Amino acid sequence: MIKSTVAELSLALAAGDISSVELTQAYLNRIAQYNGELNAFITVCEESALEQAKAADVARAKGDTSSLLGIPLAHKDIFCTEGITTTCGSRMLGNFVSPYNATVVERFSDAGVVMLGKTNMDEFAMGSSNETSFFGAVKNPWNTACVPGGSSGGSAAAVAADLCAMATGTDTGGSIRQPAAFCGITGFKPSYGRVSRWGMIAFASSLDQAGPICKSAEDAALMLNVMAGLDSKDSTSIDKPVEDYTATLNDSLQGLRIGVPKQHFAEGLSSEVEQAIRDALAEYEKMGAIIKEVDLPNSHLSVPAYYVIAPAEASANLSRYDGVRYGYRCENPVDLEDMYKRTRSEGFGEEVKRRIMIGTYALSAGFYDAYYRKAQKIRRLIKVDFSNAFKEVDVIIGPTSPHTAFKLGSKSDPVSMYLEDIYTIAVNLAGLPAISIPAGSANGLPIGMHIVAGDFEEAKVLNVAHQFQKHTDWHRNKPSAMAKEA
Amino acid sequence: MALDKSEVAKIAHLARLHISESEAEEVSNRITDILALIDQMQSLDTEAIEPLAHPLEVIQRLRVDEVTEENQRERLQTLAPNSKDGLYLVPKVLE
Amino acid sequence: MEWETVIGLEVHVQLSTKSKLFSGSSTKFGAEPNTQASIFDLALPGTLPVLNEEALKKAVKFGVAIGAEISKRSVFDRKNYFYPDLPKGYQVSQLDYPTVGKGSLTVTMDDGSERVIGVTRAHMEEDAGKSLHKDYHGMSGIDLNRAGTPLLEIVSEPDLRTAKEAVAYLKKLHRIIRYLDISDAIMAEGSMRCDANVSIRPKGETEFGTRTEIKNINSFRFVEKAINHEVRRQQEVIEDGGRIVQETRLYDADKDETRPMRSKEVANDYRYFPEPDLLPIVIDDDYIAAIKAQLPEMPDSKKIRFIEQYALSDYDADVLVSTREMAEYYEVVAQQSGDAKLAANWVSQDLLGLLNKNNWDIADCPIQPERLAVLIARIKDNTISGKIAKAVFEAMLEETISVDEIIAAKGLKQVTDSGEIEKIVAQVIDNNPDQVQQYKEGKQQVIGFLVGQAMQLSKGKANPAQVNALLREKMQ
Repeated sequence: MIKSTVAELSLALAAGDISSVELTQAYLNRIAQYNGELNAFITVCEESALEQAKAADVARAKGDTSSLLGIPLAHKDIFCTEGITTTCGSRMLGNFVSPYNATVVERFSDAGVVMLGKTNMDEFAMGSSNETSFFGAVKNPWNTACVPGGSSGGSAAAVAADLCAMATGTDTGGSIRQPAAFCGITGFKPSYGRVSRWGMIAFASSLDQAGPICKSAEDAALMLNVMAGLDSKDSTSIDKPVEDYTATLNDSLQGLRIGVPKQHFAEGLSSEVEQAIRDALAEYEKMGAIIKEVDLPNSHLSVPAYYVIAPAEASANLSRYDGVRYGYRCENPVDLEDMYKRTRSEGFGEEVKRRIMIGTYALSAGFYDAYYRKAQKIRRLIKVDFSNAFKEVDVIIGPTSPHTAFKLGSKSDPVSMYLEDIYTIAVNLAGLPAISIPAGSANGLPIGMHIVAGDFEEAKVLNVAHQFQKHTDWHRNKPSAMAKEA
Repeated sequence: MALDKSEVAKIAHLARLHISESEAEEVSNRITDILALIDQMQSLDTEAIEPLAHPLEVIQRLRVDEVTEENQRERLQTLAPNSKDGLYLVPKVLE
Repeated sequence: MEWETVIGLEVHVQLSTKSKLFSGSSTKFGAEPNTQASIFDLALPGTLPVLNEEALKKAVKFGVAIGAEISKRSVFDRKNYFYPDLPKGYQVSQLDYPTVGKGSLTVTMDDGSERVIGVTRAHMEEDAGKSLHKDYHGMSGIDLNRAGTPLLEIVSEPDLRTAKEAVAYLKKLHRIIRYLDISDAIMAEGSMRCDANVSIRPKGETEFGTRTEIKNINSFRFVEKAINHEVRRQQEVIEDGGRIVQETRLYDADKDETRPMRSKEVANDYRYFPEPDLLPIVIDDDYIAAIKAQLPEMPDSKKIRFIEQYALSDYDADVLVSTREMAEYYEVVAQQSGDAKLAANWVSQDLLGLLNKNNWDIADCPIQPERLAVLIARIKDNTISGKIAKAVFEAMLEETISVDEIIAAKGLKQVTDSGEIEKIVAQVIDNNPDQVQQYKEGKQQVIGFLVGQAMQLSKGKANPAQVNALLREKMQ
């Protein structure tokens, strides 16, 4: 049962085949069995999860038929959860028990979802391998010598290893989609503004977006139905009606125009990944879709522009961690400056400090125009590239990542790590919805396919992904290392 | 653009980070590498382009002027590393 | 060498909203420390700002009132620096696209001359918390109640040339802000604060000298003193062959001196950039027109109207329009008493004196304008004399009964009965034979003494004009 999709669990719970308490206990057992190896969870909330499961069963008995009622979920530890430690993968917040809930947390809780715990992540979501977490690296369930991707690596590994039915993630430059690709699952980043950022610890405010990490596009639709919507507490949340994202999943793809960016099939792409995506495109052609090459002429500048904008915003967003009101404070500061500097140097890890330095530099006097302003201009060009492409095609499809999951510790140089997100970053700069779904495998590791659509075309992305999953089984593949049942 | 050790020290101070003498070289090399990546942007002429600050060009919503928050001091100060008499305590602040 | 002073003022006023600029915390002054500091105000991770509509409205109101350009699109920026009273490590402010652009206001100096002072801009920003320097075992205490209170920072052009002009500008600004009711603007409580940029240059020079910024000036009087002190200091430095260092200095009112601020020693690099948690504020012509339509009559036009409508002197009109409340009070008195000139004297002298003596706001005054109008009406209809009226005015402070009842109860009604007055006059003539003799010999001015005697005998109640006429008649 734990290997089922959310859609399947929803039916099973409704039919009374299983109770939420049984299901929750099964996941807790599985966490106990595998988390030691995977390090996917930072916090497991056994007691409260079982209480919530009990409450869900009671609600169901009273006639509540909410689709996610009683289904166990894990939250990325970037979402504030009242009364539960919320670390953001950092020593800085190692002791931070949030006094409030993120809107995303609140919405799932209102839907009767059971929260199993908080998942590991790159520190402050800065990383593409989950190796920057203060709480240790997460292992890829397909091969524990490999990284799960990042920054939502804990959520991706937990879903892939069936430690939860579904999980939340956040995506600033690919942090949902790249780990989903590496872990052989479905990860969806909605349009910027679709899901509230209130209570989601900020990395780069104009890029961050929360989304589902799960086992199918259909599950992503079910989750997004709960997550999406206007939040008066977030000025950047969009006042646009929320559709039922499951309603159009089965729309025909006959005549769908799929754009294939030539820049995403160029140097640097591994041949196995390229082949898998080409095969997937052939599958779409069989469904009646039309494949067209599209040009995203400035896509090579998306990584450089991103590594100005994201660190610049982060450098300010992380100034609040000063040891005054909450979080870590160094021992015995001799004066104010000593408190600031030691608190922040001891509380933050290397990658976070590096990005704060880059961002501070990019904004400093004399460099603003050459870096920050320049990057904002390129951001516009990238947005325009997509707008032009979407005049000709309905969706854009390519690889999520240039290759499959790499070995832990194999990318010690930051620049090569930054280039990991080469296909996903532009989408954040443009604020578009995009999904990664499994579309092949190489050497026992999954390959992710990236589907992008125009602003607020979440339903389109999910429809295109779901149709692929109806015709293929890649999303049903399970890591053999995790086959043992408790 | 290369970043030398004195610039590293200046930036670190602005960001209130402590970078020891022994780390400075490594930090400056890493940042110089990253700046080389970033500097690829300079290859493009963007003179006539308007900067884009937000992916969606929408406007600010306004909040009604109402007091909606209650005093939560006791609860919130349990999070504080050091507090007394309702105040957050820090090493002496210079005027 | 003859020096010219160049001054620009940066005035911060707390906009009088119920809640903060970006959160629903109360902005009330004087609460227990940190009881008005919400999770957003404390910059807890994950919290986000949403703009208070009233703050925007008040900022635009100010701009419209001084005829400034109003930006249809304005943008918030982050100003980055570390300080324990700044929880986010950045202040949300407006750099390149402030809500209010260029405008000006006219100040009138004591000699009646007028100066037009340019306002460069006025932008919204968050106030910081407070560092309490009381010693907690070598630590400072941080109170974040004030953090996030909306501020309007009004920046003047460097158009001011003397400390007196600076004070006049600040007072004018204060008057406008109070008329608009957008801020309490109480300097002593910090709801209005003034920083002065001061430089000097040889007279005739067109380039500006190096300026210093003086902070912590918390009364109108100190503005003048602090600037004058700083000007003298700069002159001495330059005349001694030194150079002015661009720096921030703190005014110490106790010692009447300025000194460099230690915390600002290192030149700051604020790394401004657009605040990504907030979107551009966009307003349209209708929004601006609606605010314009709600503007009260402003002090300058009110003053002109008072001079015309009530035939007041420039000076009286200026005193009466100094606050909106005083002007409104005056108009009630003027209209209900039927004597605008007398009303002006009573409001600007007796009433104002009473308010100052008791340190009352006009709203606290136990004498309502309707009662004062009745009092003045009784002077006008000869029921009481001006002198007796002062006593009635005193009594009105204690008594809640009507003016007429006070006059009746204390028997203060003026004696106009000619029989009564004739008796008094006869008595005065009997009692003062010498003076009567002098009068008859042509020493006309003795009449004043004799009238005084008659008034005394009548305990002030006799109608002095009648007494005067009767005395002259009897001494023929």
